[in-house]
Amino acid sequence: METAFTPFASFGGGLVIGFGAVLLMLGLGRILGATGIMSGLVLPQNRSEAAWRGALVVGMIAAPGVIFLVSGSMPQVDVPVSPAMIAIGGVIVGLGASLGSGCTSGHGVCGLSRLSIRSLVAVPTFMATAAITVFIIRHVFGG
Amino acid sequence: MKVIFAGLTGLVFGIGIALSGMMNPAKVLNFFDVAGQWDASLAFVMGGALIVTALGYRLVWRRSKPVFEDQFQIPGSARIDRKLLGGSALFGIGWGIAGFCPGAALPALGTGRWEVVLFVVAVIVGLVLRRVLDNLWPARVPQ
Repeated sequence: METAFTPFASFGGGLVIGFGAVLLMLGLGRILGATGIMSGLVLPQNRSEAAWRGALVVGMIAAPGVIFLVSGSMPQVDVPVSPAMIAIGGVIVGLGASLGSGCTSGHGVCGLSRLSIRSLVAVPTFMATAAITVFIIRHVFGG
Repeated sequence: MKVIFAGLTGLVFGIGIALSGMMNPAKVLNFFDVAGQWDASLAFVMGGALIVTALGYRLVWRRSKPVFEDQFQIPGSARIDRKLLGGSALFGIGWGIAGFCPGAALPALGTGRWEVVLFVVAVIVGLVLRRVLDNLWPARVPQ
């Protein structure tokens, strides 16, 4: 499925994502990492942390609705893969991001911006394996 | 106040994710498909987010503490181990299979698409699986 090149919308969205990460640091002094936030909600080790994490997720989930109210259309979600691939990919994402202590938000945005050594190793690693995976699925197996 | 602030932070982050195209797996997978239908947009997401976060974090850290907490909680580890490398490699594989990552999928739940729900449930299974593995083979170095 072809997608349009959207440098301006993507750059603007990136600025807003960064603003969200900075807000969380300003208010709560935390890294905005989606895996850590999910993990803290599903497998809580400290109950007092659950309230802000829950509120953060509720705010995230409200975002498409707010966009719908303002623009009249929902953000585009085109899923070019099978339900089995979503399920298998999701389990691997959860296991991998948990073992690697972060995903695109925690390592990619927050970690790189503060030049964390672990993130400087993690991000090229997962970008490379993602690209190799897509290459194998699309060009070796022709999915 | 802290919880409301966290909710607004999540909303800002989610709006950024929606505008950027990150919650559209077709776009994410095409970003990785350099040999095929390459869509470079997501590089602009990362660029925008890193500019704001790199500058914003430095401004925020001029404060002695965050607004609603007593101290900043920033991961200080510089440990590059098999867990970080293997976990990140796995995360990339899962991302390349499914096209969603956790930080994009949480806001995408607000679109009401069943594919997103399936992915988030699968990620939770992955997080729980990690916990199970940890209990079967306790780490020598506690996290």
